[in-house]
Amino acid sequence: MAEKTYLIRGAAILGGEAEDLLIRDGVIAARGKDLTDENATVIDGKGLVALPGMVDVHTHLREPGREDAETVETGTRAAALGGFTAVHAMANSNPVADTAGVVEQVHSLGRASGWVDVRPVGAVTVGLAGEQLAELGAMADSRAQVRMFSDDGICVHDPVLMRRALEYVKAFDGVVAQHAQEPRLTAGAQMNEGAVSAVLGLTGWPAVAEESIIARDVLLTQHVGSRLHVCHVSTAGSVEIVRWAKARGINVTAEVTPHHLLLTDELVRSYDPVYKVNPPLRTDADVQALRDGLADGTIDVVGTDHAPHPSEHKECEWAQAAMGMTGLETALSVVQETMIETGLMTWADFARVTSFTPAVIGRVADQGRPLEVGEPANVILVDPAARWTVDPHKMATMGRNSPFKGKELPGSVVATFFKGHPTVLDGKLNTPYRYPAVSSN
Amino acid sequence: MKHLLSTENLSAADAIRVLDTAEEMSAVGDREVKKLPALRGRTVVNLFFEDSTRTRISFEAAAKRLSADVINFAAKGSSVSKGESLKDTAQTLAAMGADAVVIRHWASGAPHRLAATDWIDAAVINAGDGTHEHPTQALLDAFTMRRHWSKLNGTASTGADLKGMRVAIAGDVLHSRVARSNVWLLKTLGAEVTLVAPPTLLPIGVEHWPCKVSYNLDQTLEAGIDAMMMLRVQGERMNASFFPSTREYSRRWGFDDARLRALDDLGMKDTIIMHPGPMNRGLEISSAAADSPRSTVLAQVRNGVSVRMAALYLLLSGDSREAAPTNAATPAFASQSSKESN
Amino acid sequence: MTEVTSAHVPSRVVLNQADIDRALTRIAHEILEANKGSQDLVLLGIPSRGYPLAVRLAAKIAAADPTVNAETIVGQLDVTMFRDDLSHQPTRPPRHTRLPLTGIDNKVVVLIDDVLYSGRTIRAALDALVDLGRPRIVRLAVLVDRGHRELPIRADHVGKNLPTSSSEKVRVHLEEIDSVDGVPVNEVVIEAGK
Repeated sequence: MAEKTYLIRGAAILGGEAEDLLIRDGVIAARGKDLTDENATVIDGKGLVALPGMVDVHTHLREPGREDAETVETGTRAAALGGFTAVHAMANSNPVADTAGVVEQVHSLGRASGWVDVRPVGAVTVGLAGEQLAELGAMADSRAQVRMFSDDGICVHDPVLMRRALEYVKAFDGVVAQHAQEPRLTAGAQMNEGAVSAVLGLTGWPAVAEESIIARDVLLTQHVGSRLHVCHVSTAGSVEIVRWAKARGINVTAEVTPHHLLLTDELVRSYDPVYKVNPPLRTDADVQALRDGLADGTIDVVGTDHAPHPSEHKECEWAQAAMGMTGLETALSVVQETMIETGLMTWADFARVTSFTPAVIGRVADQGRPLEVGEPANVILVDPAARWTVDPHKMATMGRNSPFKGKELPGSVVATFFKGHPTVLDGKLNTPYRYPAVSSN
Repeated sequence: MKHLLSTENLSAADAIRVLDTAEEMSAVGDREVKKLPALRGRTVVNLFFEDSTRTRISFEAAAKRLSADVINFAAKGSSVSKGESLKDTAQTLAAMGADAVVIRHWASGAPHRLAATDWIDAAVINAGDGTHEHPTQALLDAFTMRRHWSKLNGTASTGADLKGMRVAIAGDVLHSRVARSNVWLLKTLGAEVTLVAPPTLLPIGVEHWPCKVSYNLDQTLEAGIDAMMMLRVQGERMNASFFPSTREYSRRWGFDDARLRALDDLGMKDTIIMHPGPMNRGLEISSAAADSPRSTVLAQVRNGVSVRMAALYLLLSGDSREAAPTNAATPAFASQSSKESN
Repeated sequence: MTEVTSAHVPSRVVLNQADIDRALTRIAHEILEANKGSQDLVLLGIPSRGYPLAVRLAAKIAAADPTVNAETIVGQLDVTMFRDDLSHQPTRPPRHTRLPLTGIDNKVVVLIDDVLYSGRTIRAALDALVDLGRPRIVRLAVLVDRGHRELPIRADHVGKNLPTSSSEKVRVHLEEIDSVDGVPVNEVVIEAGK
């Protein structure tokens, strides 16, 4: 192997005791105090936290079809810079990722880029149309090894179709990731329905439209004995329902986005579409409930819902604007700000919600593993004392639609190791990992 | 004041300044020469993304009476056929040297976007945006109410507010920019507002508004009101189940002949009936009510020109490069004698 | 800016209450004389301080000519909207314009202002008049003429000619408007420049 050896000196492992990590041949070759290796490139880890590479269960890479918004290359560069070593690429591309062909294409693009593992998410229904199941089995069996299926952006609202999808994915240990949004209750919806929408005259997106679907889906999941993942939970009521479902032993996992952990619908008063997202920004009470839910394990993971858009889709009237925010390069900082600086979570908890559990939900082998000898070297180094001001124009993503623009946030990613290779060093992009040539391909 | 986007953030002093200026403007309408040179050389663009002949001609008359050049730009677009973006339109108007943009848009917040971005540097006047606000309508309503209220109190309207006036606003509050702008402005001016509507046509969150809410028009009338403002109700709302039928709507929430008589029976001889127009006679208001001596419908139209003249004048006449708010009490003399130092 | 320094320089009073009263009495008689009586006279004061001066002049004219009802010959003419410097100054709310019931057509209109300086206010007043009617004659009476004219305008009746530097400020304080503690009313004050 041409891959270099790296010796990380004195980084706090998961925020705990400072130890050395020796990375060689794509794995953690040693862990302990005062390690030495003559051939290793030494990285000073003093003051840094070593964490498992983050795994995003919810990323929009836009390719194929909307390469003006993002490509697999640009999106995965952003991911690496943000501390990720794996992302789940959502299915709402054009063409939709509803066949083995499309998911294999995305998978190949990810391998060619080499910045992170790209795990395609398959569409639940053909063309996201909500009428007919896509060939879930073919996608599961493809080289992309799809395990997560989602019509994200659109709710699988037909209860019979949802039931069938939940049943069918049991055949290959899949999971249905639901975008919970009752469509009739949210026709023309522009923002959270409440005190602010009443004043602004924007059509409301009521919390009940999310909660009613989650309630239905957890009961369906229980009934058919399957596995459900709830995307971007955004309301206090949703947290309650998931908590109730888990207490009943229902196999449900839930995700929260960084922006829903920090921002509220008060920001919509500016009518700046950078704050337009689906599900919408909610109230302060919802934000607090989401933080509590993430801290107590009701919400299992953080998913970015990274949704880059070309500027013309945001430089317009609110009602005309596209929904979505970028998030890959700010996720770590926002979670540190909202969960760690507030004392709600430790860095070990952070590793659980951003790496261990996401990898389990997506069934991603070699990701979200403990930082132990022999484990794959997907490792990041974080400087928790750093503070930086978000400037979307300096990001690797093509999307300039960061709702955190101008905000000062804590924590920065100093290095990202993907399969033992540093994709990020000194906080800057290094080089991508190059997969060995496979003759059987 | 650089822009007039909403009444929500309009201070009482600014609101009264607009109303007082409108009083002076209204005098011009009674003259033989209904024109003032104040905005000579200024260009006002009426940018209408939604048809509204009434509002457009009211602004057009106002701008022309102040000698501004008026360009009417009917950029009617729908969410389906987008056409040119708001940004491109705004930059086009900026390149043409527009000093003020009077914008009517179907999308709530569109005027805020124009004002907040660097697309155009002109003063922005909201002529109605989506279901958000319609500040000049509320100002002309307040102007109409103030004249009535001060006359009743035997005081001059200039400088006055609406303290103690009881105003009921009935109809489709949920979809009404007129209702929103009126609630904020009337509250600022000291009036007591009651919204009357079927629960389906009130926004979630209305309980945070600075007004009372009632589902019962008759009870509101019995409690006593000084002004009754009816809002336009679109019959098509019936199809989205906001109410069962237009007949049931007008029976429960319309200002019909029986309720007109009730004003007399209840001894409210000075209560006025208002409507922003256009009216659906027989739905939210009966013909007898609309045409009764209590009705201020035509006065509202007339006052609309005066109020819009005031808004245009106050936003456009000053040196826009100087952000300092002016003090209404500044004597004209001071600026005369210190002219050279400017 | 000269105003900043002038605030710290003591001002001197050049006309006191009695001086003003004498000047107005003289102007009232001049107006009657120039008009050969009170026939068709209309006095229009320019806000703010021209109007109270017009009211005082009307009272003096009525005192001199018992056929005159002071109230029926006085009006106020706001010139705000006709100024040529609107776009160079902070926004000024317009004042009220009120004409005598007789109107101004074929009348002898005397415009009244406190200080005549550049002449631009009077130009604006002449424009404002044109939109209101067609007087037979328009004359101008001012309490103080401080010079520095920028337009071909002169006053027909002047209370006091006051040569000034353009860096100086001239303020007229009238009891009807300026009830400021510590400032003597009915006096012309020069706040000398640097």
